[in-house]
Amino acid sequence: MSAIPLNAARGDYRLPLHRRRKLINTIALTLSLGAMAFGLVWLIWILWDTLILGVQGLNAATFFESTPPPNAEGGGLANAIVGSLIMVLSATAVGTPIGILAGIYLAEYGQRTWLGSVTRFVNDILLSAPSIVIGLFVYTIIVAHTRTYSGYAGVIALALIVIPVVVRTTENMLRLIPNTLREAAVALGSSKRVMIMQVTLKAARAGVVTGVLLALARIAGETAPLLFTALSNQFFSLNLGHPMANLPVTIFKFALSPFSNWQQMAWAGVFLITIGVLVLNVVARVLFRHKD
Amino acid sequence: MEGATAVTASAPAGPVAMAPAVGGKLASERIKMNVRDLNFYYGKFQALKGINLQIPEKKVTAFIGPSGCGKSTLLRVFNRMYELYPEQRAEGEVNVDGENILTSKEDVALIRAKIGMIFQKPTPFPMSIYDNIAFGVRLFEKMSRSAMDERIEWALRKAALWNEVKDKLQQTGTSLSGGQQQRLCIARGIAVKPEIILFDEPCSALDPISTSKIEELIDELKADYTVAIVTHNLQQAARVSDYTGYMYLGDLVEFGDTDQIFVKPARKETEDYITGRFG
Repeated sequence: MSAIPLNAARGDYRLPLHRRRKLINTIALTLSLGAMAFGLVWLIWILWDTLILGVQGLNAATFFESTPPPNAEGGGLANAIVGSLIMVLSATAVGTPIGILAGIYLAEYGQRTWLGSVTRFVNDILLSAPSIVIGLFVYTIIVAHTRTYSGYAGVIALALIVIPVVVRTTENMLRLIPNTLREAAVALGSSKRVMIMQVTLKAARAGVVTGVLLALARIAGETAPLLFTALSNQFFSLNLGHPMANLPVTIFKFALSPFSNWQQMAWAGVFLITIGVLVLNVVARVLFRHKD
Repeated sequence: MEGATAVTASAPAGPVAMAPAVGGKLASERIKMNVRDLNFYYGKFQALKGINLQIPEKKVTAFIGPSGCGKSTLLRVFNRMYELYPEQRAEGEVNVDGENILTSKEDVALIRAKIGMIFQKPTPFPMSIYDNIAFGVRLFEKMSRSAMDERIEWALRKAALWNEVKDKLQQTGTSLSGGQQQRLCIARGIAVKPEIILFDEPCSALDPISTSKIEELIDELKADYTVAIVTHNLQQAARVSDYTGYMYLGDLVEFGDTDQIFVKPARKETEDYITGRFG
């Protein structure tokens, strides 16, 4: 085979294609950077406004006083903050075990079964269901029957949002665990249950916890499901059997109001939720990274 | 190395003798595992075809053969590992001390506790070195903390790992090097006191020094345990095993004394494989 002359025009014949590739590369990179900048601008703008307007409305009273009646001075968001914390934490407490157990079923038992496929499909639908649908659903099956808005109804609506997120992450994280680890546990004589509880779930722990935190972050800002279930409450209440104040609905109500002190409190509420969600996301990411 | 050279030297010496597949030496051994008419299927694909063989007690038996010949599959039948996968199925008999484990009424977990397995890649559990070993022991035994400490030291010493990890038993198993992880897995397997240990290409992910440590270990293990090892490495089979089986396309082509297999194989296919003319 006659060799390609090494010295003659060695750089030349490669250059045209190389230049073209570099040009395309530059264009593509510019477009991606532009798209990223476009997305970031809005995000930073939102965060900036939230920070400026939110901090203005923030003071000690925000945490220690309940929402004020119309045309009244002072007041805070204490009832809404506490209400939100109670409902969000209860919903997570209810939804997490159900979600993890279902995720275990899907990943370890029903991976290729008919029931598993159907469950996975339904779960995916639930995962992408608009939250207002979930709010209306809980309204129909609970609020309409008990004839009162209640914290319990709110918890159920939020839990219904938590469950599919946790199911999905648990299943995905367990499926990332290599089968060799399962075989190693079983080879020592362990039952499937012990293998799951002590080996695979442990190996997937960081991912599962991340999923729970992300679910928590998601429901912290949900308004629609609470609007039809927990509604809101002007007063401080720890009774889940009654309507319960919460940040999202309070923000919704106050932001639409004509009173400037209410509007300012709405901004303070937005700020609190944003910070809370941000912190949860950061914690989730740090936890997940720690694993690798 | 010696095995291969010996074969090349002796190969032209004479025609292949049609000696029986099982040599005379095996007849004098106590048989731990007796496999009869074993067929194995991955779905519709038949991966093992009528395997018959006897694995002697407290000896090392190696299985060699090209990739996909069924040697790992065979090993995975010996502890019913294939049962984890619904589309896999085995027919025939695998008699351990006279009882067919494929149809045994005994819980499969108990069978696996008696027939341990070490895998190709080290698989430390996501827990401390101590708990990695304690995991298997706790499955079937309740013991005091001090008894457990003793068991763990015993297992780690057996696996030639004690001196390297005795000061860091609470560190995670994954923090060890690959070779150490594999010895941890061996310690874990020994700690549950099995009768048979199956090695599925235990050194293929390891460096030469770790490999030689594991080989020494296998040699020591046969004092107390029956060992079966699958390996891609012919020299390894020649070095560590007492008996060797050559497999090809799901058939056990030849089985016998390792010296005889490597020096004077009865079958032409075996000779072609071990002399490197094929495979």
